[in-house]
Amino acid sequence: MADILEIKNVSKTYNADGDSPVKALDGVDLNIAEGEFVSIIGPSGCGKSTLFNIIGGLIDDHDGEVLIDGHEVDGAHKDVGVVFQEESTFPWRSTLDNVAFPLEIEGIDKAEREETARKFIKLVGLEGFENHFPAQLSGGMKQRTAVARTLAYEPRIMLMDEPFGALDEQTRMLLGDKMLEIWAALNQTMLLITHNITEAVQLSDRVVVMSYRPGIIKEIIPIELPRPRTSEVIATAEFGTYVGKLWTLLREEASRGMAEAEASIAAT
Amino acid sequence: MTRLHKVPVIVGLFGLLACAVLLELAVNFGWVMEIIVPRPTDTVLSFPSLQEDMDLVGNFFVTLGMTAAATALALLIGLPFGYFLYRREAYGVAYEGWLAAAFSTPIVLLYPLFLVIFGRNHMTLIVMGCIPGAIPIAIQTRQGLLGVSKTLLNVGRSFNVSERDMFRKIMLPSAVPTIFTGIRIGVMYTLVNIVAIEYLIDFGGLGRIVSQMYDNFSIPETYAAIVAVILVSTFFYWGFGRVEKWLRPV
Repeated sequence: MADILEIKNVSKTYNADGDSPVKALDGVDLNIAEGEFVSIIGPSGCGKSTLFNIIGGLIDDHDGEVLIDGHEVDGAHKDVGVVFQEESTFPWRSTLDNVAFPLEIEGIDKAEREETARKFIKLVGLEGFENHFPAQLSGGMKQRTAVARTLAYEPRIMLMDEPFGALDEQTRMLLGDKMLEIWAALNQTMLLITHNITEAVQLSDRVVVMSYRPGIIKEIIPIELPRPRTSEVIATAEFGTYVGKLWTLLREEASRGMAEAEASIAAT
Repeated sequence: MTRLHKVPVIVGLFGLLACAVLLELAVNFGWVMEIIVPRPTDTVLSFPSLQEDMDLVGNFFVTLGMTAAATALALLIGLPFGYFLYRREAYGVAYEGWLAAAFSTPIVLLYPLFLVIFGRNHMTLIVMGCIPGAIPIAIQTRQGLLGVSKTLLNVGRSFNVSERDMFRKIMLPSAVPTIFTGIRIGVMYTLVNIVAIEYLIDFGGLGRIVSQMYDNFSIPETYAAIVAVILVSTFFYWGFGRVEKWLRPV
């Protein structure tokens, strides 16, 4: 399949007042094919979230290019839908109104946007909770609301920054299954930012391993586990092999990150 | 009204009634001097005479109207000024401390100055009521907008939301609870100032009645007028609660 997303030589340096500049990303190159499920994994401080913000159009001042279908994008793009790590549902809107939000912004009439919103609410398994407010939902349900809201925007690329990072492991695995169902149903391109190795292996076609600061791509591991896939795959020996391989790659980077963080604390 | 909403109202009224009964007993048994605190029943029974002698209802609406006008003016000044202080960070940082300091000063003591400027009329009441009301509204508007979650703003950006919709559909609803905290504080200070100035200059509504009844040693009537002030306060508290609920249901 043709590449839908191309990240070309992307670098980003943060210049904080009074501090020395921090190079978060250094020459990242990555191509993602249409319909592919790719995870980006790395230790804290590897620039995952910076890369997420650059692809999502939330950071403009970076070096290099982000191209969709060969065209450079600048700022938020209709083809890229974003799901955030933090709680991002609007507390004052019901599930239905949250999911319908991007359609409301596009000026679609109420009946049509509610019909579309209901379709995606059903897809994420929240049927019956349309009139509930976020405060009445569990953490997993809130994140599914956020996923449905992004799906309602009908982007070609779903960009997710540790969307289930705040959830417990079991809920996270079950929601991983749900994401695989959605991916199979909509055939979207999925780009997941995560620090969870099992989640990356469970879901992805390829896992991109990033180094500790400055973030560069250390290795790309194709995951050749059979599809359709569910969380039951974690019981297989092959799954364990992938997890072991990824941890071997990440261990050195994570240790470097931890040592640097401790040195920084000791210096203060 | 749902059960969840009814219960606190019933509990509140019951508590009020229980306090009134205890006070009645305390006065009857001589634990509290009647010349300082009247029996609640005497206070209630004084309402008709107060209406006849001092037009209590009419003055209730005078104080209510003055408070409404001063609050409207406070909103007209406080909300845009708070937004300005949010948009212009340097001004916000520079002036918030000064505003907080001004809020804690007893502006009511400047009433002779305002009498000289505006005269002994309603304008003095409205302007002096508006000043302590506008300050917390401005401060809380700035704080409410500063407190909007960065993630929610990023959600808006990711959906290509225009500046106008970002303000209307994300920032404002997000900041509503904090802004309304400022409005509630503001309206209470506005009312306190208006009643205090009515009392001091013997002009206007309920404050003037309190002043005159107090000077006549008509203690039950004094308390009845204070109860009427509490009703004005309750009206605004309830009213702004309804508006907040309408703007942000949850």
